[in-house]
Amino acid sequence: MTLLSVERLEARYGLLTAVRGVSFAVDKGETIALVGANGAGKTTLLRAIAGQHPLAGGRVVFNDADVTSRSAHVRARMGIALVPEGRRLFASLTVEENLLLARSAGRAGRWTLEAVMEAFPNLKARRRSPAGTLSGGEQQATAIGRALMTNPEIILLDEVSLGLSPLVVGRVYEQLEALKGSGVAIVLVEQDLKRAMATASRAICMLEGAIAIEGATAELTHEQVTHAYFGLRRSAEHGARA
Amino acid sequence: MIFVNQIIQGVLLGGYYALIACGLSFMFSVMRIINLAHGSLAILAAYALFVLADRYGVSPFLGLVVVVPAMALIGAGLQRAVLERSARGGLLVPVLSTFGLSIVIDNLLFQQFGADTRSLAPYVGDLSYDSWSITDDIAIGKLAALTMATAIALLGGIQLFLNHTQLGRMIRATAEDSDTVGLVGVNARRVNALAAAIAMATVAISGAFLAMRATFDPYAGALQLIFAFEAAVIGGAGSLWGTLLGGIVLGVAQSVGASVSPQGFFLAGHGIFLVALFLRLYFGEFGPRLRRLVRGTA
Repeated sequence: MTLLSVERLEARYGLLTAVRGVSFAVDKGETIALVGANGAGKTTLLRAIAGQHPLAGGRVVFNDADVTSRSAHVRARMGIALVPEGRRLFASLTVEENLLLARSAGRAGRWTLEAVMEAFPNLKARRRSPAGTLSGGEQQATAIGRALMTNPEIILLDEVSLGLSPLVVGRVYEQLEALKGSGVAIVLVEQDLKRAMATASRAICMLEGAIAIEGATAELTHEQVTHAYFGLRRSAEHGARA
Repeated sequence: MIFVNQIIQGVLLGGYYALIACGLSFMFSVMRIINLAHGSLAILAAYALFVLADRYGVSPFLGLVVVVPAMALIGAGLQRAVLERSARGGLLVPVLSTFGLSIVIDNLLFQQFGADTRSLAPYVGDLSYDSWSITDDIAIGKLAALTMATAIALLGGIQLFLNHTQLGRMIRATAEDSDTVGLVGVNARRVNALAAAIAMATVAISGAFLAMRATFDPYAGALQLIFAFEAAVIGGAGSLWGTLLGGIVLGVAQSVGASVSPQGFFLAGHGIFLVALFLRLYFGEFGPRLRRLVRGTA
């Protein structure tokens, strides 16, 4: 059953078109990897879905409701959560306050303060520390926890492993695996292609603002994705799919 | 000690400065807006209380029941109509627009009430002049003590509210990053309107005290703004307890200055403000650049 559908979405920065007519759908509980080189438009696409970037064209439909003209806080209350690039924590607020703030979305559910602390035990000792004093891993855990506290139906994760040590990345992904089973849909932006393909059931590869290749991760070969990623033999790929 | 009385009176005067700086400091810390209409808005509240007392015989304290919510509404309206729009134009545009607003308010008050000086003192009975005698030389005015208590309660109350309530957290988070709060379901526009309403509610209270302790006229706002501004800057703009401390430092400096020389009141006040400002710059964010500049010219 379709949870989120993006239809011919366009987003611009001034004269620069960052996302050109992207369409895709996410089913309930599905995990999708969104990959592509820097500047391919992944972050802008996620921001546009969450309501943080204005659309120049197209629609965003969530749970059969057109949310295109709704502002970000309304979408959060409907169940769309974004873990933004660079985490964007409220540095002067404590970890606990950052998490509690997400209650403003007014969505009750299994994710409470205690549940988040359970899922990310490394936050327990830092509950009362200002978020600005945390390590990278702790910050990422807080950012994910904050998004979860809104009890979303879909969570958009933008570059969750950026700037983290391999050990911490491993821990974050363990949590994502657990999250996958909980019925929440996940859209994952990740630079580590292997990890993204292993976690998601479907992958979308973007190139210069458009979808270059899309398919089930089991069916896509690493080579196919790499080619789409860098824009090699793009016409050949299209020819093969047609 | 000859200065004991000066210091005590200075501390009490500082409570008054902290009270009038409260709304300014709150608005700056929460919305990053320097509200130059702050003093004029306090005078506006004072006139509202005056009209209630003069025409309808309502005591100023009772009048606050009407004037505080009215000013809060004005605050929310101001945020939507003026501050929000001008803040989009950059940091300096609100300074200009609130300056313009202060001119509008001052002159509208002048048109309505003329140049006569007014005071709420006649409407509060003996509170305006009564005092407790501590020793033969030292007396503490009841109004000054009430002002101090109100300042502490208001600043402390707002600080507690900001730290321990969900709305307080929303206000602080919105101040820090008004874009990102949307992601957790916070309506930044509404939070800002509420914050402006709270700021104006405190302005109403400060207007009541300024009108009870002295006289005011339509153009009295500018001087109030200067004292509020100095107290906020000495205490560190945006920190509420710091504002109380800043008000006290300013009050003590003025009070001690005045006992040294009749001109000392303003001179010492502005002097301590400039010293505090210089120290903040010297040891603060722009410190390294400023220190290099000072060494270069020496």
